[in-house]
Amino acid sequence: MRLAFTDTLIKLAKKDKRIFLLTGDLGYAVLEGFIEKHPKRFFNMGVAEQNMVGVAAGLALSGKIPYVFSIATFPVMRALEQIRNDVCYQNLNVKIIGVGSGLTYSLYGATHQSIDDVNMMRGLPNMTVISPGDPLEVKAAIEFSLKHQGPVYIRIAAKGEPNIHNKSFNFEVGKGIVINKGEDITLMVSGNMLANANLAAQELEKKGISVRLISMPFVKPIDKQIILKAAKETKAIFTFEEHSIIGGLGSAVAEVLAESNIPKVLFKRIGLPDVYPSEIGNWDYLREKYGFSSDKLAKNILRIYKNKG
Amino acid sequence: MIDNYQKHAKEIRRNILKMVAFSKAAHIGSALSVVDILTVLYFKILKIKPNQPDWSDRDRLIFSKGHAATALYSTLVQRGFASKDCLENYYGDGTKLAGHPIRGCLPGIEVSTGSLGHGLPIGLGITMSDKYDKKSSRTFVILSEGDCDEGSNWEAAMMASQLKLDNLIAIVDYNKIQAMGRVKDIIDLEPFKDKWESFGWSVEEINGHDFEQIEKSLINIPFKKNKPSVVIAHTIKGKGVSFMEDSLIWHYQYPNEEQLKQALAELK
Repeated sequence: MRLAFTDTLIKLAKKDKRIFLLTGDLGYAVLEGFIEKHPKRFFNMGVAEQNMVGVAAGLALSGKIPYVFSIATFPVMRALEQIRNDVCYQNLNVKIIGVGSGLTYSLYGATHQSIDDVNMMRGLPNMTVISPGDPLEVKAAIEFSLKHQGPVYIRIAAKGEPNIHNKSFNFEVGKGIVINKGEDITLMVSGNMLANANLAAQELEKKGISVRLISMPFVKPIDKQIILKAAKETKAIFTFEEHSIIGGLGSAVAEVLAESNIPKVLFKRIGLPDVYPSEIGNWDYLREKYGFSSDKLAKNILRIYKNKG
Repeated sequence: MIDNYQKHAKEIRRNILKMVAFSKAAHIGSALSVVDILTVLYFKILKIKPNQPDWSDRDRLIFSKGHAATALYSTLVQRGFASKDCLENYYGDGTKLAGHPIRGCLPGIEVSTGSLGHGLPIGLGITMSDKYDKKSSRTFVILSEGDCDEGSNWEAAMMASQLKLDNLIAIVDYNKIQAMGRVKDIIDLEPFKDKWESFGWSVEEINGHDFEQIEKSLINIPFKKNKPSVVIAHTIKGKGVSFMEDSLIWHYQYPNEEQLKQALAELK
């Protein structure tokens, strides 16, 4: 996903001279392609995220389109007030790219785990929040962000994620993308769990449950239409994300459902509980622990669906 | 020229007093201390066109000490960016003339400020863009000394000297009183000049109420080629109104009718 970001930005920056790239001294073996091609529009701002985001606001005030790159937790949390006051309050054209979404840095401890970032970004007026599901969605999200006037937060994982989309898809602001047209249950996924969700959906299909798999890269604005349609047409809605169950995709979907007048549909948020992980381990280890592996996810969904809650 | 400055500064101060008194607002001491600096900037130093506030080659002024917004509003009106009756909107229901400036609330207001520690990084970003575009425009950032407690300003200070940006200028309105008391009793900034110098800036210390000194200093910017410049302007909180000078209470209090009358009489 990280290289999909760099490759896309390099191409866009060739045509669009307004694009600048800032990093908080992170991106070794990721950003070099851009630095080589567009050295005058790249700045390593040092380990100083507050200044970096303020600078991005200044660049945007001068008509540039700065992309701010770092491990997601650092700009989002260290520079939260700069994102709020300098960028969102003034509705400036700044794009923030947070890498290492969710438990990507599972071995580094929670300082590096962005499990509460979507919550913070979603609460800011003017901010668009995108959590792409695979490298193809990363490319589409970066292309979208350039066309979109205003602040955008894009959280991406690491490297080596598989492409899930096997055909062309529409990437439109505030729109989910239906991957499987199932009828029994709906599984809505945001971010890098798309691959596991896809495998879990296949396992559930084998057990005779038809799954409507929807990728929801836009957590804000949220696709109300696709949620309400799923609530009417399927018997259960599950949300799934590598993020706290508070404030992310699950909360966004819950808000839409709670305000709808559709008769109660079985609804469950799957994500991290309201804790910082108490132990470390490989990414797969922690994913297994929190029930994010495709096996555990499928079993969990099946159990909840059969027990109706 | 000095007489001219004095005339404008008096009028700016009179308007600040009226705005604050009528709206029962705070921060009058912080506004009065920065007036003489703003006067020289807007009437001599800044390359601006009041009738064309978005002129692309203009110098920019970022008012990081946003709580002194009345000084900025009043100065912009005095310079002809907006008509005087605009000032009556200050604190008004349904208006945009807030206690802290909102970008575009008056022509010439470049950046929304209010929380301290934001102006210098934004100014740095604008200067980086200007350098890339090979523009000669300069960006002036006005800081309070309380502003200088914020680490983000020092992050920006380091990077500005790293990038050798001599079109970035910081002016510290150093009135020695912050929100809860004397600066030296809260976080002493001294040795202040040495701090800026050690961060790679060229520094001048001036009396921020002496028009000649302010002008002489600002005309010579950049003080050194390839270095950002900072002017440490020694000022007096509440300057111009005898009973408001150098007093913490006027960070909060607004003048009553009697006090307003007396203050305006002193500024005739």
